[in-house]
Amino acid sequence: MSRNINFKHRVAVVGAGMTLFRRRLLETPQELAWLAAKQALEEAGLALKDIDCVVIGSAPDAFDGVHMKGEYLADGAGGWHKPVVRVYVGGATGVFTPIAGWWHVASGLCRKALVVAEEKMSHAAKPHPQYVFRYIWDPIVEKPLNPNLIWIFAMEMHRYMYKCGVKKEDIALVSVKNKRNACGHPSAQLCDPNITVDDVLKSEVLVWPVQRLDVSPVSDGAAALVLADEAEARRITDTPVWIKGIGFTLDTTHWTNRDLAYPEYVRRAAEMAYRMAGIDNPRKQIDVAEPYDPFDYKELHHMEGLGLAKKCEAPILTREGVTQRDGDLPINPSGGLLGVGNPIAAAGLMKVAEIFWQLRGEAGARQVKKPVYTGLAQAWGDLMQAGTVIVLGI
Amino acid sequence: MTKVAIVGLGWSGFSPEVVDMSFREMMFKAAQRAYEDAGGLDPRRDVDAFISCQEDFWEGISIADEFAPDPIGGAMKSVYTVAGDSLQCVGQAYAMIKSGLFDVVVVESHGKPSDMLTLHDVMSMALDPISLRPLGLANIHALAALEARAYMAKYGVGPQHLAEVVEKAHRAGLRNPRASYAGRLNAGDYELSPVVVDPLREADIAKFVDAAVVVVLASEAAARDLSDTPVWVEGVGWRTETSTLELHDWAFPLHARMAAEDAYRQAKIADPAKEVGFAEVDNRYSFKELQHIEALGLAPRGSAAEMLLEEPSTQAAACPSTSAAARWPRGSPSKSTASPD
Amino acid sequence: MTKPVNPRGTPIKEAEAVGIEFPVVGKARYNYTTGEALGVFLAGLKQGRILGTVCKRCGRVFVPPRMYCSYCFRPVDGWVEARDEGVVVTAVASYIEATRARAEKARVVGVIKLEVPGYKFDDHFFPGIMHYICVDDEAVKSMGIFGMRVRARWRPVEQRVGSITDIECFEPAGP
Ligand SMILES: [Zn+2]
Repeated sequence: MSRNINFKHRVAVVGAGMTLFRRRLLETPQELAWLAAKQALEEAGLALKDIDCVVIGSAPDAFDGVHMKGEYLADGAGGWHKPVVRVYVGGATGVFTPIAGWWHVASGLCRKALVVAEEKMSHAAKPHPQYVFRYIWDPIVEKPLNPNLIWIFAMEMHRYMYKCGVKKEDIALVSVKNKRNACGHPSAQLCDPNITVDDVLKSEVLVWPVQRLDVSPVSDGAAALVLADEAEARRITDTPVWIKGIGFTLDTTHWTNRDLAYPEYVRRAAEMAYRMAGIDNPRKQIDVAEPYDPFDYKELHHMEGLGLAKKCEAPILTREGVTQRDGDLPINPSGGLLGVGNPIAAAGLMKVAEIFWQLRGEAGARQVKKPVYTGLAQAWGDLMQAGTVIVLGI
Repeated sequence: MTKVAIVGLGWSGFSPEVVDMSFREMMFKAAQRAYEDAGGLDPRRDVDAFISCQEDFWEGISIADEFAPDPIGGAMKSVYTVAGDSLQCVGQAYAMIKSGLFDVVVVESHGKPSDMLTLHDVMSMALDPISLRPLGLANIHALAALEARAYMAKYGVGPQHLAEVVEKAHRAGLRNPRASYAGRLNAGDYELSPVVVDPLREADIAKFVDAAVVVVLASEAAARDLSDTPVWVEGVGWRTETSTLELHDWAFPLHARMAAEDAYRQAKIADPAKEVGFAEVDNRYSFKELQHIEALGLAPRGSAAEMLLEEPSTQAAACPSTSAAARWPRGSPSKSTASPD
Repeated sequence: MTKPVNPRGTPIKEAEAVGIEFPVVGKARYNYTTGEALGVFLAGLKQGRILGTVCKRCGRVFVPPRMYCSYCFRPVDGWVEARDEGVVVTAVASYIEATRARAEKARVVGVIKLEVPGYKFDDHFFPGIMHYICVDDEAVKSMGIFGMRVRARWRPVEQRVGSITDIECFEPAGP
């Protein structure tokens, strides 16, 4: 890997857009992609003809029930007659999509790129979208046990609780914070201004220690960004937000062979992004962060992997209010997946959009209190293997 | 900006059914060969990123990228998946290296169609779920047959031309140890092949094989370290036309033309018919070879078939293809990639 | 102004959803090749043995086995037999089925770190498999299950088919 290089083309985010996130939307996947893409283009003051290439993120295919989903989505994502590629790393896809967008522009192949992520979980999978996840397991040694998707995450959560001595009450604080934060988000599916820790602890037990309000919902939705090289970005806006660092890592498939208490794959992805962004003390240099929170414990787990908290320290920071919107280190001011919703790839890209809006001071009701110059978004996926990190700055 | 080279290549499989190895084991074998070919490179130390090219429904695994890292030496390293064919991954690797962040990028792709029990149903799932799937196409090759008819009618291409493509591909395969279906066809053999969907016969449709291929790409500096004979990638292009088949150009693969134009522009090729020495074009269906030769600008529109009959030697030299067998159809009728080296 | 401004999308209720039924589950079916490593593993299960592979360069033991070392990127050096006994490194109690329907009774499932005579493993990398654990869900809720010694309860020989389910579950093995 090259170090300390000067990239010929700096890459900026110049526009973002997204749909509502809801349990069930009328629109087709193509239509959702189009709604998000159109808003991002409008925000950048561009038309589709200005776009040189399109990067699509979506996973897994079985949700939309469409084989070769990238080709299918291309029509809605503005890909008609353009170079289009679809990338995926499971749940980590949403943050990975602009990472791939970065090299489309940084390489000089494209000057302006449209990055679109979409997922429609409501319509394909019967009897429940969770059933589709049966196919994420090893088909030979795991699937015959008839697993539910939540098993694997409950196992990771429980191991984390065991190793770090974390209580469910502390973890539930994350869900409460994020569902309250979501009330400032116009797209949010699960805003609840009055939710309490008690509500979380009394919700339906799915796979102990995971209860219903520990988990993000099933959602439909799409999100989009417009990326541009430096010259184009300066023409388009006075306030470009720069992509300062990218990082991605995939740990071994064999998750039953390793410790689940600490997300090493996130640490390594963050290291890659920090090295590129010149960050050596993330706790001090990152002003606002959107770590991936499909489960409440994951926000804590990921803060530790990202170096925003020491090992086992994230629950303490959370309890002390450090991660609140007006805290010293605002975490998931958007409301995250727990509050805004979780159309998988679109949810990750929503996080990147949030950092973009926060750094531009455009988050309105959600704007964090402290001044922010550098932020990051992170996502996670596969068999608890994938970490993707993007650092943005102004 | 750095140049980009291919410095190693490896494969495994290329037979109708690989029964003794899982797809992961095939990936491992192909990767071992590729790294050896790239000067004994150590993927744990020398590779910055890996791309696996796959689609969930081909694999029968949701979020199939889960299984990508270990067999190619990528565990706890930068690995991701492109949903597409390997040529599109080469395009991504090219962009990654050009960006200046990555020096060595590995591209892996595999297919194990022999594992699929319901291939037709799976392929049908690529159709629009609302406008096309309910038609319940009895044979998915009908879409290609529609294209073939449109192309043949517009440019006066006949079955004799398709027979020639088929015969040439099988013959060329005789000199390729990986061509499972190579053979010498006699005059009249083509007509004996059963019609699948008119005008396509069984012989017009590439048969499946199980295979894995790994390619190592590197920046100029890394390539000089790893290989004495790097092959430079001068241009890449990929374009999507539309997945709305109602709006698709059935007679001419516009997507391939546009992708080729991108690649030629980067490679500074003004007249491909003169400047491209040889080509490997997608011939998953016989007529596709003719269409693609034209789309790539290697022959004027509508003239590939006549060229084939008039100047078979020139034609064969211009476009030798491995064999109909070595094609594992992974793209859709609406997508194309081109990457002249 | 709060971005995104007026995000679009048309929320509907399930009853209002006009859909075209096209079942995905069941339509796409596969016959996965077990390959060299897992083929031997499954055959071993049928005989009541849990087999793994070993990489002598780094000393890692792989259960479930693979034919290559993911860390050294080289073929493994051979087979070892793990004991059908080990300790629970994590476990959960599932109250739902794969379909998300409520389960009739709780089912405990976890990761078991297996013992291999002659080898020692730390918490960071170890031979381990996911399986059912035949204990009460209270053992999970109290966290007493962490570190519990468990042993495979095998199906009778005549019922074994060469599958992970040839082990019914792991049950407490005593101290
Ligand atoms: Zn080893």
